[in-house]
Amino acid sequence: MAATVETVDQVRALADDKYKYGFVTDIEADTAPKGLDESTVRFISAKKEEPEWLLEWRLKAYRQWLTMPEPEWAKVDFPAIDYQDAYYFSAPKTTEAPKSLDEVDPELLRTYEKLGIPLREQEMLAGVAVDAVFDSVSVATTFRHKLAEKGVIFCSISEAIKDYPDLVKKYLGSVVPYGDNKHACLNSAVFTDGSFVYIPKGVRCPMELSTYFRINAANTGQFERTLIIADEGSYVSYLEGCTAPMRDENQLHAAVVELIVLDDAEIKYSTVQNWYPGDENGVGGIYNFVTKRGACRGKNSKISWTQVETGSAVTWKYPSCILQGDNSVGEFYSIAITNNMQQADTGTKMIHLGKNTTSRIIAKGISAGKSQSTYRGLVRMGAKAKGARNYTQCDSLLIGDKCGAHTVPYIESRNSSAQIEHEATTSKISEDQLFYCRQRGIGEEDAVALVVNGFCREVLQQLPMEFAVEAQKLVGISLEGSVG
Amino acid sequence: MLEIKNLHADVEGKAILRGINLTIQPGEVHAIMGPNGSGKSTLAHVISGRDGYDVTEGEVLYHGKNILEMEPEERAGEGVFLAFQYPVEIPGVTNTTFMKEALNSIRKYRGEDELDAMQFMKVIREKTKQLGVSNDMLKRAVNVGFSGGEKKRNDILQMAILEPSLAILDETDSGLDIDALKTVADGVNLLRSPENATLVITHYQRLLDYIVPDFVHVLAKGRIVKSGDKTLAQELEKKGYAEFTDQAA
Repeated sequence: MAATVETVDQVRALADDKYKYGFVTDIEADTAPKGLDESTVRFISAKKEEPEWLLEWRLKAYRQWLTMPEPEWAKVDFPAIDYQDAYYFSAPKTTEAPKSLDEVDPELLRTYEKLGIPLREQEMLAGVAVDAVFDSVSVATTFRHKLAEKGVIFCSISEAIKDYPDLVKKYLGSVVPYGDNKHACLNSAVFTDGSFVYIPKGVRCPMELSTYFRINAANTGQFERTLIIADEGSYVSYLEGCTAPMRDENQLHAAVVELIVLDDAEIKYSTVQNWYPGDENGVGGIYNFVTKRGACRGKNSKISWTQVETGSAVTWKYPSCILQGDNSVGEFYSIAITNNMQQADTGTKMIHLGKNTTSRIIAKGISAGKSQSTYRGLVRMGAKAKGARNYTQCDSLLIGDKCGAHTVPYIESRNSSAQIEHEATTSKISEDQLFYCRQRGIGEEDAVALVVNGFCREVLQQLPMEFAVEAQKLVGISLEGSVG
Repeated sequence: MLEIKNLHADVEGKAILRGINLTIQPGEVHAIMGPNGSGKSTLAHVISGRDGYDVTEGEVLYHGKNILEMEPEERAGEGVFLAFQYPVEIPGVTNTTFMKEALNSIRKYRGEDELDAMQFMKVIREKTKQLGVSNDMLKRAVNVGFSGGEKKRNDILQMAILEPSLAILDETDSGLDIDALKTVADGVNLLRSPENATLVITHYQRLLDYIVPDFVHVLAKGRIVKSGDKTLAQELEKKGYAEFTDQAA
């Protein structure tokens, strides 16, 4: 997101009266006490001045959450989470925000430098106390104006609940019901913010939408809730996350993303996830338990998920497509890189319900250090999904001899006209390749990055241009120290 | 420019090179010939710094520096280039990307400015034209799906771009038909200059009809057993390696 700060500066120049849009939230908000019970849920809902139906929905979620077991089928291992030992609304700052970059971990700064992130933006990412919020307000304002001309709604989900209650009520929880799984259930009960997007009929969104431009996005990381609706014949490309490692004090992240695509519409959703992975022993890293699902409700609709997962200590994430509409298309392109003690259990679900639905899965897993990476994917062909097709390609690359790569495909077909293809490979980065690169003058770490980027190319190509360039650099950085 | 002094090297405890002495001056072309298992490829790998070889004795000086203590990429930076017997495939990485990364790494090593995309494309266009290589090859992934001849030509193109002062051709002729052999030899000859040296490692005399050496050395059981001019290669072609192998024993 190197362009962001430049944009910020441009916008600053344009909009002298940037504070006239007085919708900056009061950051010095009251806090809920530590721990979680019904009163916490009521507190959050009241604080956000939510309608009664939403409070009821949250409470139902909370009550169900109490009864649900932790999902245990993933190949990840971590100590039990103490849900009472966390804040669920505006946690007070436990540590002082650094006052300048001089106080920030030099290792983090080195990474920023390698990614080519400008100084101002480094300050924002590292959580240095600057007026970043105001910057994003003015940026957001400019973008909003442009989007409003097309009738596109792009705002925080809290605002959407106030301003577009009918849309939210109709679609919230319609793809991921609150009781879907324990993590999604918790999110439903306590989510504090996230993004809302609505693209009206026949509109092609004029720009890539990024969480980055949304107000106060930096503060909504823990239980983020995203809802995107593409009405008939519309198109939107949505970017989430950031290549730069973000500072965050919350260990548990349980986001929910719901996509709804109507007739002839398309959503392209790209993620780069680089949360703190913990130290070499995995201590202190983020647990990233995400439920992402999209419904291709309309005929000829399409959802394309692209993800680059390099961060977090534990990743549990399966962006999925429910292909209801006839001829609808689901795609999943994934790169998951694990190093040191990281664990990733990620993949997708393609649920074919409509006729002639097609899906394509390209998953690339790279494991280094002592890490464990699992691809877990379900392809289900329903009885009415006549002529449905799936193609899955699942490649694992191992670096070193202490890591693991696992592939767990689930394939279910209830009709005889469906076609399912699954290809899987596992390889090690070869001595020959490394020596060939090095003999041509390329240093060992650069050689690894080059070979791995080649291995991931099909997926990187799916990312929007600017994102792709940064993701390539990120691939190299994530694997530093993995050889030699 | 290259001085190999009493070089001994083992692979997994087995002595392969047993006291090689060889001096190469700028502008010279040397050929090393020998039967299978005589240590030809090992010599190429030890000079270029491949893992898996233990140098037990001796030294290799390049422009007066002991290159045995350098990483392979540093040796490349010093100007040593190895054309591979089996060029390696790198899926998903285009030739252009690969060569740009290689050239800029070497320029960086030498303290020169890295080339941007435009400057690099200019270099590439010049070299492909010079060698008569099609631009189509540049867009393809490194050596993936290349024929044997294309792979070798690709190595020669890399050599042209990196402009090494010492080029080692490790059995570059293996698996090539006569036309491909000529193309490769033409490329090598085109790049010869009074400042640069070439070390041709080969099993057959055939390649030396096209890349004419100033010196020919016969390698047998890890030692150079005879040196001469290009007529030695022809002699070998007639008589075979047997008498030299016996000599070395």
